[in-house]
Amino acid sequence: MKRGAVFAALVAAAAFSAPVNAQDTLYIANNSYRTGPFAGSGIPIGDGMRDYMTMLNERDGGIGGVKINFEECETGYDTKKSIECYEQGKSKGMLLYSPWSTGATLAAIPRAHVDKIPILSMAYGLSASAEGNTFPWVFIPPVTYWDGASIMVKYMAAREGGLDKLKGKTLGLIHLDAPFGKEPIPVLENLAKKYGFTVKLYPVAAADMQNQSAVWLNIRRDRVDYLYNQGWGAMNPTAVKEAVRNNFPMDKLVGVWWAGGDDDARAGGAQAKGYRSLNLQMAGVNFPVIQDIQKYVVDKGKSLSPKERVGENLYNRGVLNAMLIAEAIRNAQKVSGKKVPTTDDVRKGLEMLNITEARLKELGMEGFTIPMKVSCNDHSGHTKVYVAEWDGAKWTKSSDWLEPIRDEVRPLIEENAKDYVEKNAGWPKRTEACASSS
Amino acid sequence: MLYREAGQYKTSYAADMAIFPLRQDRIGLGVILAIAFLLIPATGNDFFLSSVMIPFLVFSLAAVGLNILTGYTGLLSLGSGAFMGVGAYACYKLTTAFPGVNIIIWIVCAGFFSAAIGVLFGLPSLRIKGFYLAVATLAAQFFLQWSFVRIPWLYNYNASGAIEAPQRFLFSIPITGGRATPETRYLVLLALVVAMTWLASNLVHGRIGRMWMAVRDMDIAAELMGIRLLPTKLLAFAVSSFFCGVAGACMMFLWYGGGEANDLFNINLSFNILFMVIIGGLGSLIGSFMGAAFISILPTALKFGLPAIGIPLLGSTAEHITYMLVGALIIFFLIVEPHGLARLWQILKQKLRVWPFPY
Repeated sequence: MKRGAVFAALVAAAAFSAPVNAQDTLYIANNSYRTGPFAGSGIPIGDGMRDYMTMLNERDGGIGGVKINFEECETGYDTKKSIECYEQGKSKGMLLYSPWSTGATLAAIPRAHVDKIPILSMAYGLSASAEGNTFPWVFIPPVTYWDGASIMVKYMAAREGGLDKLKGKTLGLIHLDAPFGKEPIPVLENLAKKYGFTVKLYPVAAADMQNQSAVWLNIRRDRVDYLYNQGWGAMNPTAVKEAVRNNFPMDKLVGVWWAGGDDDARAGGAQAKGYRSLNLQMAGVNFPVIQDIQKYVVDKGKSLSPKERVGENLYNRGVLNAMLIAEAIRNAQKVSGKKVPTTDDVRKGLEMLNITEARLKELGMEGFTIPMKVSCNDHSGHTKVYVAEWDGAKWTKSSDWLEPIRDEVRPLIEENAKDYVEKNAGWPKRTEACASSS
Repeated sequence: MLYREAGQYKTSYAADMAIFPLRQDRIGLGVILAIAFLLIPATGNDFFLSSVMIPFLVFSLAAVGLNILTGYTGLLSLGSGAFMGVGAYACYKLTTAFPGVNIIIWIVCAGFFSAAIGVLFGLPSLRIKGFYLAVATLAAQFFLQWSFVRIPWLYNYNASGAIEAPQRFLFSIPITGGRATPETRYLVLLALVVAMTWLASNLVHGRIGRMWMAVRDMDIAAELMGIRLLPTKLLAFAVSSFFCGVAGACMMFLWYGGGEANDLFNINLSFNILFMVIIGGLGSLIGSFMGAAFISILPTALKFGLPAIGIPLLGSTAEHITYMLVGALIIFFLIVEPHGLARLWQILKQKLRVWPFPY
């Protein structure tokens, strides 16, 4: 009775027998979303990653003389499609998986530990996965959302003149009502208890991203002093626009690093001047690495990005992520001596990530970001971030590099990693040997 | 010639009322089951099993559920996605509270929770009909989805608000959680789908099914014949939600392995299942499978199939094409064959019966 259906499935199966991946390329699977309500943030990031990889292929002939086969898989920020993309990448022998969504990371973590495929979720995903002994296959450099939340509290304290001045203040968290948006809540609540401020939550459902007026009514009524925006995609420009409309002081609206797109701030027009966002790297084109991308990729018409958008904040974020992948593979080649390393070698390569000042200079990234280091039990490094400010036309640096409150974040990470293992009975014990010295 | 029934005599009432009166159909069903149970798990790679077959089976189950309500009883519902969510969350709560009990029992039990909620939201169906009832079930969709997000007890106070499928075993083989292979997950799901389809088939071909269809065709006439409307309609809601609930639990535990209400059990899912039922054919079980295959496999086939056979297509372009194609095909089917794929299949069978002669 299901003859038609099964027949259709078989036809599909015939069409699907994916071509065996050539053994002389480095195959990396990257989720992207150039469609759907999150495309506004997804496109510049995807372009940045793609262009950096193309640049490596054009300039250096890949990594260590091996061409990179960097493949995007469109997900539209949909978990179902992300799983599909993961399976597709797995069947084609991906060396590394970048999920680019917290939901997709959550779904991929248990799979990756069985399939032994490293996940690089750069400053997104499950914060607890920074605990490398529990999650040997997940890497979350340079910071976690929990670090970000603690930096937000520190920044608020710096603006108010000390942590003791936080008493009686209100910090609002406007967030996407999805795993991504909820990540900072436990840290903010702990810190609120410790320092005596109040946290108010303003969840925005994915369906209501462009319709936030009700939420902003509440924000106005609650008279929040600072607002932390953990938003993504279409939610961010709307939040900035609503802040302008509600006369919310722009300098007290601080986005997480993903809420720092040029389009996000631009949406607020001239009045969005002063909008802040945490940041991992600099925006702009005055770095040798971006100039190389312009020379080898953009000018040759091999980029999907419009010329004038190269060097925007999220574009450069993509470049940063691509650089971490390339460095991990370079390490893997070094440690294994093979041209095309295995997934386990790449895992070791990620664990050995140690981007020093000197290395940044070699990469043409001096001043682009700060050194970051991953270790065996710390898969994040809990590096610093800075606060960027929108000057009306571009992002500028408006604070020093701020350190997260590590002694607050780290115990929480360990506790939650333990909790994850308990909830997922049968979670594999780490058997992989430590790849780095510390 | 192949599909000729000449010489197949029925000598008992049982044979006359059989669901598959033709020998060819019975052989065909056997062949399909053999392919599904043996050939596919033996030859399909992980990607095919977990991205094509498992979604197809989950959606088929949900489509069968909605078809019982919409196709057989004539009650429109837009809440199937939420009822699937009830199943998933019920199964999650049950298996985390009683980890010792086999997960398959909990997957089936989750259906009962969904059925109970379905009956609750089905209560207005005696008074309101058609479009108005659809709006009432839409309320169920929004309310239930809201509860999944806002009641932390449902997701065990998890920091990210997501639920994850813990590892569970059947005969010491992991069937859920990260270590369950696609083959085992597929086979467990297939067994469930076959068993439940058999159940649905028996229900719709028996007394209860005839009551449902009588209500669908003309409820006043049905009432005059002595069919009590409210229990019949509520039963349809209960059975339909039961199927959706089991499908939801399977979706979470055998397919996703973890997820969150906002992301999964949204209105789009309800719409997709409704499209499956419409395209597949209202009031037809095989149609549910065909519709599910159409809606759930087509986008995957476009996105991964075309590049695999050498047509370079950017993922985002494939995504846009899928939207356009599915939209166009829905309109095409509604115009050309409003009874769906199942009706096309019936016509084809009829033609095969008299082949090679036109009459």
